[in-house]
Amino acid sequence: MTIEEVQLEIIDEFSFYDDWMDKYGYLIELGNDPESLNPDEKKEKYLIDGCQSRVWLIPEYKDGLISFRGESDAIIVKGLVALLLRVLSNRSPSEIIDADLHFIDDLGLKQNLSPTRSNGLVSMIKQMRLYAVAYKELEEAGTKN
Amino acid sequence: MALDILKIRKDFPILDQKVYGKPLIYFDSAASAQKVLSVLKKEEQLVLEYYGNIHRGAHYMADKATAEFEAVRDSVKNFINARFREEIIFTKGATEGMNLVAFSFGESFINEGDEIILTEMEHHANIVPWQMMAMRRKAVIKVIPFSDDGRLEVEKLDSLITSKTKIIAVAHISNTLGMVNPVKEIIAKAHSHGIKVLVDGAQSVKHFKIDVQDMDADFYSFSSHKMYGPNGVGVLYGKRELLDKMVPYQGGGEMISVVKFEKTTYNSLPYKFEAGTPDITGVIAFGEAVRYLNEMDTDAMISYENSLTCYCMDELKKIKGVIIYGTWKDHSSVISFNIKGIHHYDLAMILDKGGVALRSGRLCADPVMDHYGVSGMLRVSFDVYNTFAEVDSFIVLLKKAIKMLGGAKINE
Ligand SMILES: Cc1ncc(COP(=O)(O)O)c(C=O)c1O
Repeated sequence: MTIEEVQLEIIDEFSFYDDWMDKYGYLIELGNDPESLNPDEKKEKYLIDGCQSRVWLIPEYKDGLISFRGESDAIIVKGLVALLLRVLSNRSPSEIIDADLHFIDDLGLKQNLSPTRSNGLVSMIKQMRLYAVAYKELEEAGTKN
Repeated sequence: MALDILKIRKDFPILDQKVYGKPLIYFDSAASAQKVLSVLKKEEQLVLEYYGNIHRGAHYMADKATAEFEAVRDSVKNFINARFREEIIFTKGATEGMNLVAFSFGESFINEGDEIILTEMEHHANIVPWQMMAMRRKAVIKVIPFSDDGRLEVEKLDSLITSKTKIIAVAHISNTLGMVNPVKEIIAKAHSHGIKVLVDGAQSVKHFKIDVQDMDADFYSFSSHKMYGPNGVGVLYGKRELLDKMVPYQGGGEMISVVKFEKTTYNSLPYKFEAGTPDITGVIAFGEAVRYLNEMDTDAMISYENSLTCYCMDELKKIKGVIIYGTWKDHSSVISFNIKGIHHYDLAMILDKGGVALRSGRLCADPVMDHYGVSGMLRVSFDVYNTFAEVDSFIVLLKKAIKMLGGAKINE
């Protein structure tokens, strides 16, 4: 699926919930997913610090695709992280760089991404793009040689 | 006399609204209180009818604005019972007042090796300016600790004071723990050693009837926005004989007497510390907030806020896994807490969607977070316009949020 298709799928899933509490309930469910980082993976170098909550993001670049794993200490943020990973993980650097992320806005969760919320998510998206830019440069350097 | 809370709420029209479809419950007045209607009306009137720059114009509007601006100085002087009107310096907030004293007192009185005493529960605004000054003047900072129940360990002050101690800076009320610190006792002790004291009054100016002469504070700094007035305005009270001896904080218009390239002489107090055009509209409108508080039955207000706080505290204590920070008896209308095993930000997000405005995070007090080894806290704070029914709704919602987040998991 393309980034756009995954976003539409998520929007569709959330359309079942019209109440805020239910939307958050669903995010908590996503956040409770046991697929988390091992404590020893939560290293300083993967940490994206927000003043409200913290996010860890680990990239891996293989066969032209970047996969991310991530976690947060706040469970709702972890749910949001899971959604972002679903959209942006296992993508080529160019896909990530060019992605038009609109689903968070469409879900009405935009204020969670306002820089003032400082929960680490805004920085996380920025960091994902930075990794993509870096890997793309690597890729291009590789093809030149 | 009992207060008519519903009538008071009418003076704060912003409170009567829904957010995310839920009635707003504003429990964040310790961060910023809502503005009373008369403040907004005054701003509008000034801007529409007679706005002009103060102290310099020779025209009708400038004169009228100047007279009102200076009248606010008098009402603030009376409000905190200062001795002289020139002891009232308008700033942009409590933070600026602290910076002003740290700079000007530091430049004038602090030398290499001198000592400053702060407390472990200070807001960053009463830590960082002193660190900056200490760096410049090669001074040393010492800290009065607090115990786990939030009580400031004033008995440690004796062992911290030396012949090098020049100033103590202490919050009257902590913005995280809600503790009321014994500033009068601290000041008396300090003065017996010839040490000056700055009191950070940001949280206390509205919560008590402040009498700076009785307290005998050398400096007392506070913000208008925590007392129903405009943001961007604050007051630094300082004893005249001290302010007179201190170098100016900023240079510019208004603060000078004669400017020559060879040598400039400074204006007298309070103008020496009021460089540039101040927030004229803000200060004049702030006068209305002071008037509102003057007309309020202060004792009734404080006792109402305290009973709301006690009620909420009792209800919170019934919740399994709740941890309240600051349980010592001298408490004001602020409660900071966590629920064991649940991240504060998760709770804050759900409560927000339920219409509750509260504070979460590090509360501008990293040392307090470090004391308890937590990454953040939730904080509710109450004002006279809050109701018991709001506390009830908040507790119901909090319990619902805890349930959604998997209950209090006691396994940290
Ligand atoms: C105890 C205390 N000191 C200082 C401040 C800073 O006040 P302001 O941001 O209005 O300058 C605050 C406000 O949060 C406070 O609660």
